[in-house]
Amino acid sequence: MEIPESIKKRLTIPAEEHFFAGHTACQGCGASLGLRYVLKAYGKKTIVVIPACCSTIIAGAWPYNTLDANLFHTAFETTGAVISGIEAALKARGIKVKGEDGVMVVGWAGDGGTADIGLQALSGFLERGHDAVYIMYDNEAYMNTGIQRSSSTPYGAWTTNTPGGKMHFLEKRHKKKVIDIVIAHEVPYAATASVAFPEDFIRKLKKARKIPGPSFIQLFSPCPTGWRSPTDKSIEIARLAVQTAYFPLFEYENGKYKINMPSPKKEPKPIEEFLKLQGRFKYMTREDIENLQAWVLREWEKLKKLAEVFG
Amino acid sequence: MAEYKPIRKVVSGNYAAAYAVKHARVQVVAAYPITPQTSIIEKIAEFIANGEADIQYVPVESEHSAMAASIGASAAGARAFTATSAQGLALMHEMLHWASGARLPVVMVNVNRAMAPPWSVWDDQTDSLAQRDTGWMQFYAENNQEVYDGVLMSFKVAETVNVPAMVIESAFILSHTYDVVEMIPQELVDEFLPPRKPLYDLADFSRAISVGALATPNDYYEFRYKLAKAMEDAKKVIKDVGKEFGERFGRDYSEMIEKGYVDDADFVFMGMGSLMGTVKEAVDLLRKEGYKVGYAKVRWFRPFPKEELLEIAESVKGIAVLDRNFSFGQEGILFNEAKGVLYNTSARPIMKNYIVGLGGRDFTVPDVKAIAEDMKRVIEAGKLDREVEWYHLKR
Ligand SMILES: Cc1ncc(C[n+]2csc(CCOP(=O)(O)OP(=O)(O)O)c2C)c(N)n1
Ligand code: SF4
Repeated sequence: MEIPESIKKRLTIPAEEHFFAGHTACQGCGASLGLRYVLKAYGKKTIVVIPACCSTIIAGAWPYNTLDANLFHTAFETTGAVISGIEAALKARGIKVKGEDGVMVVGWAGDGGTADIGLQALSGFLERGHDAVYIMYDNEAYMNTGIQRSSSTPYGAWTTNTPGGKMHFLEKRHKKKVIDIVIAHEVPYAATASVAFPEDFIRKLKKARKIPGPSFIQLFSPCPTGWRSPTDKSIEIARLAVQTAYFPLFEYENGKYKINMPSPKKEPKPIEEFLKLQGRFKYMTREDIENLQAWVLREWEKLKKLAEVFG
Repeated sequence: MAEYKPIRKVVSGNYAAAYAVKHARVQVVAAYPITPQTSIIEKIAEFIANGEADIQYVPVESEHSAMAASIGASAAGARAFTATSAQGLALMHEMLHWASGARLPVVMVNVNRAMAPPWSVWDDQTDSLAQRDTGWMQFYAENNQEVYDGVLMSFKVAETVNVPAMVIESAFILSHTYDVVEMIPQELVDEFLPPRKPLYDLADFSRAISVGALATPNDYYEFRYKLAKAMEDAKKVIKDVGKEFGERFGRDYSEMIEKGYVDDADFVFMGMGSLMGTVKEAVDLLRKEGYKVGYAKVRWFRPFPKEELLEIAESVKGIAVLDRNFSFGQEGILFNEAKGVLYNTSARPIMKNYIVGLGGRDFTVPDVKAIAEDMKRVIEAGKLDREVEWYHLKR
């Protein structure tokens, strides 16, 4: 569809598409939207590295490639290492990386491939300071293997290996704060983002492009299949995750924290509003919800303090 | 072509490897330390620090990542190298398949070291042989010179057939032992080994490419066949490159199995790596004492030189296979392979397997002589007493 010039001027999201229709994600998949935005932000001169995860399938089985960019599929735990190697090779070949016009090397991995099995490679990548961007799309479980918990799965969530039943649910741990681990590496740039706020996400992607060194973005990506949620509610759920402060949007740049505006100005909405749209939380009791609510508010206060002190 | 005047240097096997990496103009080295490989990557780092080599050095956080980063580098068009040993190689296992499956000509030096427990840092070939089916070519070096030459040739072969290659040297016996190595002046290495022309290039955006995607049962099979075919094709490339190396630099590697005294030998010793240095010396002495023995040193274990083995088998009565390795529940790995090759042929020499030197146990000229006596007895008897002999086992 031709977009009228008058509208084009107001759009901050690039109009061109580098992620083709015909990909094989489920309806309402947040991850596929996210990948589309990444390519809109970075364009064709991008090398995307995808480990074992839903995106392996989304990007297409051989001989198909739904990306209008170069794609290297890799083993589950290796994203951080492979993007390091690619970056080193480009430098060795005298090819410009990052910056306005350089090649973008992007790691695109799930929460399992990032927070669990790939954490070591991520750490190595961050600590060595490679010029690449690592995006963890966070659908809060291992979806590709059929909805098993990851360390990024929230407290109270049903998954196939933390099922609910007579004994109550099994996921008793709060979500691992991967971004805090990333920030502990003193990276130049780390941020959270959400598919419900694409302009914010694209702005962050563009910022990551400009800032030398490793960048990390944790993207909140609803998964209707794994979250047992209606396929047309993904954006609403993602928005509520921000508005309840369950998944606040913020940036960490050279030691400074900044909370981004879609996050609640005053009181966050109650966590139930986020929970009730998703079947995965149905085993939670009143007490469980209060427990999760307390954790959310505590973490939110912590973040606000950080932004206040290191803003 | 400039005239070849070798540069003689007294170096360890590890330094020989590092010099070869420098001379091969490797662009990316991603590595993780492990004894006895460490001095390879230290020496490379030193070259870089001194401005003698222009290499992007990625000091990764594990061997798994060393191989993953090498794979990334190679996929992005660079000439990539890494080195490891034993536990490190085992940790890389998954990614070894990735390199060959993605058809990336990464070259790696593996220093043969025994697997733990019990901990051992000494020589044993089981680590590399356990990676037999990962789709990597394997070159076993007898001495430091062969480490140096092997790395240079491996890059050329690997980049021709787009299959990764492993150059294997013995822990300490080569890795830390100094010997004279004839090195090749840089311009001549450059003539022999031009810059890499990658099969595909992630930095070429003229069309979008996708590497390593999911393949259905409809296609996977053909991908495997292509790799199998590339390995088969590699045999000719190996011989050609080995011959070219000989013509340019005087050391001929056109044989995948290096042979000595085979033509009129009753039996030959067959084996790989540094232990064959001992065997060769022992065979010279045994010949002087009237023994009709020869040797067959398997240089390339993958692809396996079936045809050359067959030729040897046709002319001898027996083969004593020396394995510094073991496949538990079966027998020595080279023995197993060699026997398998000969099954469908009429060449059926008596074959006996001697397990020697595991975990760095000394293997000496008198040992070879003792094995020769045993083998002579077996051939005279015309039958085997036992197929596998754990030689010098403390009973
Ligand atoms: C070494 C290894 N272990 C296990 C697997 C199986 N596996 C493939 S994808 C996956 C889960 C991926 O989860 P995540 O990273 O969260 O991405 P998602 O599928 O949710 O998009 C697992 C366990 C594998 N491919 N490799
Ligand atoms: S399972 Fe979830 S993450 Fe995977 S494709 Fe479907 S919606 Fe997307």
